[in-house]
Amino acid sequence: MTYPAAPAPDYSAFLRKREDGARSLDLLVKGARCANCLAKIEREVQGLPGVASARLNLTTGKLTVGFDGAAGDAAKVVEALDKLGYPATPYDPAQAQVAHDKEGRRLILALAVAGFGAMNTMMFSVPLWAGIFGQELGPATRTVMQWFAAAVGGPCAIYAGLPFFQSAWNSLKRRRANMDVPISVGVILTLLISFSETLLHGRDTYFDAAVSLLFLLLIGRWLDHQLRAKARGAAGDLLAMQAPAATRLDAQGREHRAPLSEVAVGDLLVVRPGERIPVDGVIETGATDLDNALLTGETTPAAATAGNAVRAGALNLSGVITLKAAARSEDSAVAAIARLVEAGAQSKSKYVQLADKAAGLYVPVVHLAAALTFAGGWALGLGPREALLRAVAVLIITCPCALGLAVPAVQITASARLFRKGVLVKSGAALERLAEVDHVVFDKTGVLTEGRPQLIEADEVALLRAAPLARASRHPLAKALAAEAGIGVVAAEAKEHAGLGVEGLIDGRPARLGRAAFVGAETEGDGETELWFAEEGHAPVRFRFSDTLRPDAVQAVAALKARGLTVEILSGDLATPVARVAETVGVRVWRAGLSPFEKAEALEAMAAKGRKALMVGDGLNDAAALAKAHAAMAPGTALEASQNAADLVFSGEGLMAVVEAIDTARQARTRALENFGLAALYNVVAAPAAMFGLVNPFVAAIAMSGSSLLVTLNALRMGGRK
Amino acid sequence: MNIVLFLAPFSVGLGLMALGAFWWTLRAGQYDDPVGDASRILLDDDDDRPL
Repeated sequence: MTYPAAPAPDYSAFLRKREDGARSLDLLVKGARCANCLAKIEREVQGLPGVASARLNLTTGKLTVGFDGAAGDAAKVVEALDKLGYPATPYDPAQAQVAHDKEGRRLILALAVAGFGAMNTMMFSVPLWAGIFGQELGPATRTVMQWFAAAVGGPCAIYAGLPFFQSAWNSLKRRRANMDVPISVGVILTLLISFSETLLHGRDTYFDAAVSLLFLLLIGRWLDHQLRAKARGAAGDLLAMQAPAATRLDAQGREHRAPLSEVAVGDLLVVRPGERIPVDGVIETGATDLDNALLTGETTPAAATAGNAVRAGALNLSGVITLKAAARSEDSAVAAIARLVEAGAQSKSKYVQLADKAAGLYVPVVHLAAALTFAGGWALGLGPREALLRAVAVLIITCPCALGLAVPAVQITASARLFRKGVLVKSGAALERLAEVDHVVFDKTGVLTEGRPQLIEADEVALLRAAPLARASRHPLAKALAAEAGIGVVAAEAKEHAGLGVEGLIDGRPARLGRAAFVGAETEGDGETELWFAEEGHAPVRFRFSDTLRPDAVQAVAALKARGLTVEILSGDLATPVARVAETVGVRVWRAGLSPFEKAEALEAMAAKGRKALMVGDGLNDAAALAKAHAAMAPGTALEASQNAADLVFSGEGLMAVVEAIDTARQARTRALENFGLAALYNVVAAPAAMFGLVNPFVAAIAMSGSSLLVTLNALRMGGRK
Repeated sequence: MNIVLFLAPFSVGLGLMALGAFWWTLRAGQYDDPVGDASRILLDDDDDRPL
C-alpha cells in the first residue's frame, strides 16, 4: 500500500540573514562522533549546490551552514545528512542561547584576572612576609612593595569581585543575606583597610589574600556554572528542536505546512502514518491505529475511525487521516499537562540547598564575631585602628572559600562520574534531593518495560503461516510477529485496512490477520494484547503479546529494596499487564489505569504524608508526576516534556542507572557534609586566633589556601574510577 | 633597588601579556569545540580557519 508523498518540510523559518546578505542555517546533528564523521558531513554538505561553507562543532553536535547569496535550500541539506545516516534538525539559534554563554565567559575571564592578580600580588607580598622570618624590610622598601601589590591587586580584586558584589547587592535588596554578602563585605573591607595601611605606612596589608580568596571562590562558582550550563544545553537543544508544524488543508484541498501556533479551531489537518497528532480533534475521514503509549501508557494500539476524538501527542500508525481541530494547540490536553509541570517546577524551586542552609548559619555568626572583636578590642584599649585590623583579620581568616568550594566541588565530581555512566544531572539541587529519597515510583511502559510488544506464546506452525501477512503490515504487533518469524516471503495482494488488520493471499488462498472481529473470531476479552489470524478453511488462531521487561528491571528493583527503599508502580495501562510486570519484578504495590492527573495527585498525596518519592517515568502522562515528585528521572527515550520535567536523564538500556544515581547522590551528600565539617573545624580554630591578634597576612594566606585545598581533595575522592 | 623598580613592572607587564593572550583566545572561540579540534588534525584536506 502506498501513501501520497508528504510535501517537503519547509525550513525557511530557520534561515538567518547575515550582515553580508547571505543566509546561514544552524542544525543539530545526531550521531557524529569522530574525525571521519566530521569529514564526511562537511564534505557532503559543502558539495551541495548553493552552499558556501559548512562547519561542524563536534562538542555540541551543531552544524553551521552558510549559503551563497540570499537563497538557501535547507531541506536539501537535511535530506543529504539523512542519506549519510546522521539525522539532523534545524533549530532556531535565538532559542538556543547556550552557544553564546555570556555568563560563563564572564566567569572564566574573572577567574583568569583573579589568577593573574593572585600570582602577581603574591610576588610583592613575599618580601613583606619575609619580615616574619626576621628579615625585615626597611619602611621605604616595604611601602614600595605595598604600593606595587595595591596597584596590581586592587583593580584585579575589583574586577574579579564584581559577580559577587552584584549578587550580594541583589540579595540585600530582597532583605536576605546569601553567601555572597560576607564575601563582598570581607573583600571590600580588606581592600579599604589595606589601602589605608599603605597610605599610613602601616605593616598589615592583605591585597594578596583578597585576590586569592576571589580566585578560589571563582573556581567553585565556575564549576557550578559549568554543571548547570551542560544540563541547560541539553534541555535547550530539545526545546530548540521542537519546530511544531501541522499540515493544513485550504478550501481548495491543497496542503500547506503551518506552525502549530497558527492552527485554529475548525481547521482541517492531514496526519500521515508516523506523524504525531498535532492538536486535539475529531477524525473527519480515514481510519487508523493510534499509539497512545506516551499519553496514557497503554501498550495496545487503539483503533480510530471517522467521528472518533483524538488527542494531541498520539502517534498515527497505519492510515492517513484528516481531522478537524477541536482545540488550539495551547488548549490541548498536552498543554494542560505542561501547565502542571510548570507548577511542579515552581514548587521545586523553593527547595533550600545545603550550601544555602550553611550560609544561613555562617553569615550571622561570622559578622557577629567580627563585630565583637572590633568592639572588644576597642574596649580593651587596643585603639580603633588595631581593633579594626583584627576584625578584618577575622573576616578574612574565616574565609568562606572552603564553604564556597565545598558543595560545587563535590557536585561536579559526582555529576562527572554519573555522566560517564550515561546519566545527565541537570542541577546540583537535583543530586541533593535524590539523596533524600525514601520511596521509588516506576511507570511501567517504557521504563520497567522496553515499550515494544513481543510475542509471548505462539503455535510454531500458525506463526509461519501468518508471517507473510505480517510482513506486509506496518502495525507494531504485526511487525513484532514478523520479527519473531524471521525473513521470508510477503503475502501477495496484501491490503491494509486501517484500524482492523491486513488481508491478502497466502499460497493463493485468502487470509486475514488483525482484530478478532476482522477475522471472524470471538475475543476472550481479558485485556490481553492480541492479534488473530485466519485462513480460509481453518479455525482462527490467537497470538498473544506482551511488552518485554528491560533486562535488568528485576535486578534494579531488588537493589533498590536492598537499600531500604520502598517501590511502587503507577501505570496508565490496563490491570492485567501491569499485574504481570509487578509480579515479575517483585513489586507488591501497584495501581493501573491512571490518568496523568491521577498520577500527579498520587505523588502529591505521598508528599503530603512526608514521603520523599523518586519518580521514574517517560511518557507525557508522567510529566506532571515527574514535576510533582521530590526527585525525578527520565530515560533518554522519553518525550521532551518528560525530560524537561525530570531532574536527571539516563541514557542506555539499563535501569541500574537509577540505583547508581541514588548511590552517587547519597555519597555526594556524605562528602558535602564532611566538607562542611572540615570547614567548620578550620573556622573554630582560625577565628579565635584572629581575635587574639595571632594572625598576620602570611598566616592568613597559608590558612586560606590550605582549607580550600583540603575540601577540594576530599571532593575528588568522589571520582572513583569504578 | 633601582633594578627592582624596573623589573617589578616588567614582570607584571609579562603577566598582563599572558592575560591578554588568554582573553584573545577566549574571544576567538578557541574553546568552543575541543572535541572537533582534536579530530581535525587527523584530516588531510582541512583548513584550520575557524568560521
